[in-house]
Amino acid sequence: MRDTKTVTLADGTTQVDTVYQTIPDFSFLNQDSTYINNDTFKKKVYVADFFFTSCPSICPIMHRNMKKVYEEYKGNPEVGFLSHTIDFKYDKPSVLKKYAAKLGVDDQKWQFAYGSKEEIYTIAEKSYLVSAIVDSTQKGMYVHQGWLVLIDKDRRARGYYDGTDAKQVEQMAKDIPVLLAEYKK
Amino acid sequence: MKRKHLLLSIFLLVLTGIFYSCSREGGTSLEQDMYYANGRDLYIQHCQNCHGEKGEGLENLIPPLTDTTYLKQNRNKLACYIKNGMEGKISVDGRMFDEKMPSHEEFTDIDLAQLIVFITNAYGNKQGMYTTAEAAADLQNCK
Repeated sequence: MRDTKTVTLADGTTQVDTVYQTIPDFSFLNQDSTYINNDTFKKKVYVADFFFTSCPSICPIMHRNMKKVYEEYKGNPEVGFLSHTIDFKYDKPSVLKKYAAKLGVDDQKWQFAYGSKEEIYTIAEKSYLVSAIVDSTQKGMYVHQGWLVLIDKDRRARGYYDGTDAKQVEQMAKDIPVLLAEYKK
Repeated sequence: MKRKHLLLSIFLLVLTGIFYSCSREGGTSLEQDMYYANGRDLYIQHCQNCHGEKGEGLENLIPPLTDTTYLKQNRNKLACYIKNGMEGKISVDGRMFDEKMPSHEEFTDIDLAQLIVFITNAYGNKQGMYTTAEAAADLQNCK
């Protein structure tokens, strides 16, 4: 997953540095049917994932775990959450709104994004590197990976955590302040 | 000598602890215990993602399994709910839920019985045995 580049330091020696995956410009409708884009998460570290509201498999556990982190950082404006639905047929903004309310999310801190099939599936696979496919042979119709991707203030993917594993999500909650501290220097 | 006494009493305490935790409360049958254990495996595999490790559900999206009254009142409908799925409004734990629960048509009568024994005896529930014959009978009355 990690690309590297070789950088030349001031003294002429070379070192290997990491090239982070970067999230390009995007624009999606959110649960309030208003457009959100990269600016919505400007000056924020945010957690991104892919789900759908009628998901019978891994989504509930991902969002149960994510909700804990959301509660933990509720008072911190530098932390955001962004869940993309991959069910472009059913999960219209009004459905996302209901889902958010039932999950106990009533603010702008956690955004639920709706986009066309192409937009969402492209950003999932090409930018967040999370695989998502439509599969009519599967019960839930959609198959996707349960990664929670931690994005820094420069749109770079800095961590991947298995959203179905409470321990990994706990680790993510611990990594957020570490990432925020980078910007305090 | 004092130390020996202390060690002995700790040992006895642990022993009684083990005895009490292993002895079946209210004389549940071995069959029930086996159903419970198998039901637990099925629960982990098919139910836990949504209903949670502690049967806690998920906010107002997925109902918890800790509402012992609901499970008691709907004991004879659980087999249908699990096998055929469920939708429409239900009141659990003083809250309204209105989401779809997926069906599990692949479950046999014994799977259902084992799962129901687990659910109705875990998370604060204590309903005792539920047989495969009961599951088969309850399935006849699905709506």
